[in-house]
Amino acid sequence: MSDIYGALAEFENPAQLYHACEKVRDEGFKSWDAHTPYPVHGLEKAMGLGRSWVPYLVFVAGITGALAGFGLQTWVATIAQPSVISAKPMLSWQAFVPVTFELGILFGSLGALVGMLALNKLPQLYHSLFHSERFERFSDDRFFISIEAKDPKFEADGTVAFLEGLGSSHVELVED
Amino acid sequence: MTTTVYTDADQLADPVAERAPLVLGGLDFHGLTELVAQPVERPTQPAWWIALFISLSLLGVYGISVAWLVWEGTGVWGLNNPVGWGWAIVNFVFWVGIGHAGTLISAILFLFRQQWRTGINRAAEAMTLFAVACALSFPTIHVGRIWLLYYVGPIPNQMWVWPNFRSPLLWDVFAVSIYGTVSLLFWYTGLIPDFATMRDRATTKYRRLIYGFFALGWRGSHRHWVNYESAYLTLAGMATPLVLSVHTIVSFDFAISQLPGWHTTIFPPYFVAGAIFSGFAMVLTLLIPSRVIFDLKDVITIRHVENMAKICLLTGSMVGYAYAMEFFIAWYSGNDYESFAFVNRAFGPYWWAYWIMVSCNVISPQLFWFRKLRTNVVAVFIISIFINIGMWFERFVITVTSLANDFLPSSWGYYTPTIWDLGCLIGSFGLFFTLYTLFVRFIPQVAMSEVKAVLPEASPHYPGWGHHGDDAEEGAH
Repeated sequence: MSDIYGALAEFENPAQLYHACEKVRDEGFKSWDAHTPYPVHGLEKAMGLGRSWVPYLVFVAGITGALAGFGLQTWVATIAQPSVISAKPMLSWQAFVPVTFELGILFGSLGALVGMLALNKLPQLYHSLFHSERFERFSDDRFFISIEAKDPKFEADGTVAFLEGLGSSHVELVED
Repeated sequence: MTTTVYTDADQLADPVAERAPLVLGGLDFHGLTELVAQPVERPTQPAWWIALFISLSLLGVYGISVAWLVWEGTGVWGLNNPVGWGWAIVNFVFWVGIGHAGTLISAILFLFRQQWRTGINRAAEAMTLFAVACALSFPTIHVGRIWLLYYVGPIPNQMWVWPNFRSPLLWDVFAVSIYGTVSLLFWYTGLIPDFATMRDRATTKYRRLIYGFFALGWRGSHRHWVNYESAYLTLAGMATPLVLSVHTIVSFDFAISQLPGWHTTIFPPYFVAGAIFSGFAMVLTLLIPSRVIFDLKDVITIRHVENMAKICLLTGSMVGYAYAMEFFIAWYSGNDYESFAFVNRAFGPYWWAYWIMVSCNVISPQLFWFRKLRTNVVAVFIISIFINIGMWFERFVITVTSLANDFLPSSWGYYTPTIWDLGCLIGSFGLFFTLYTLFVRFIPQVAMSEVKAVLPEASPHYPGWGHHGDDAEEGAH
């Protein structure tokens, strides 16, 4: 079994995929996924997925950026190079708001993209699913469910038959 | 299953009775992919080479103008004392203003759930990036001694002197460069699924490798989409205050100073409205030809053109209000210098620039009250050009008139640009159009995955899919 990555089932439209996902979820599979050309609305419910962690990463990154920006300006203005400009106090924090804000946004945005990629374990240029020629259409107009062989409930023939029973137009086993 | 093919006429029909879908021509998922991929995948057209040649020639003009500037110094421009800020700053503010539409469309309209944005956001964001690149080039060359540019960075220079964090010019360095960076991140995030589409459609090895590299191995996994959509939403949430902050901070360059005509609190909102106004005008200028040349009329529909014309009308009216309010406050403040600055703008030595600005920015968008003109692409295109011109003159009027005639008549002067000022302005259009020409050839101009998601058949509950109705949500759709 070790040379099989898993089973890949193709569906014609999002409605079939949605119902198939509900069945796969209810069957108790854990290592499985849906592949779609666009984010199908509400599919996370059919798949039983939780909420994303990205907003927490963004929050932490954004606060870090803002603190770094304010800290840098405060340190320069009071310790590294205290100088009186326009007769203002050394710690004239009002003037530090724009840079603080901008750095918060910069770090937060980097956190969003890098955090999203990290949670998704991307970039991952090689993946077993790319062995399947039919899989190329996930980015065009087809909808797929993949169930990995490492899932305890996976059994090659049984899982293929199960997926065919969900209305898939084509089920194949993908090599690892 | 019968498919209704909707056309422009349906979109302009009464939306209360039935609103036509965003994508016309009966396109399905595959049809949309083909339509958007075709300008990238077809053999290079001679017209594209001509466009690239013209753009590169203009870019060459920029190269020569900048090279001469660096060699000789900023004296090659028409700058004098008192007008120390000339066209370079005018061009900077002009370009950075144009660079506001893309992120407004992709972020603010996203948060407002304006689904029509999906047809135009990719091209508008690309335009934003290129406009910001043009904008950043101007302060860079305006410093004169480009080799000392690192003085603006948050690092001490060789004399261990730090930049002044209390200066609006330094805030501007952060605001514009971070705006450019975040716009790029946002644009790239949107591009990942589309690069995957281009990778999977690639017929040659190099196409596959290059698009595959940028697609990062995207495989449309819904577990990934959940994080992706969350990242996209948070990026939109951060880009929204960012886009409003950028031109606010640009306006601080002027408003924090003491000069009559600059030292006003109306500047931040007034600049932001003007930026959105000019940005949408530039989007219209680019997309009205694009939708014809690249046969994208079913995706970038007449409704998109009309909606953007409405935004131009709104923001143009806000700009007109700001012009009027500046005059009112100048009189109402009782400040002689302030009053003089505004009377001088309208009737002084630069009266011609002022009235070009008013006719282009205040009068021409008022034509968009008429639906016949909003839905006439030729009329919209012409008015968008007028707005582009008017917004350049707005920045000219603000920058030059205040500097030329400030407090003491003995220090007044008159600013006349030189051929090198003109070379830099025209040349920056070369940079802009070179980047845009490359964009339309190599990158899908429409966000395919986003447009697919707003097609009616994208929903699992679409009636055509023969949904059995075993969900309680059925009635909601």
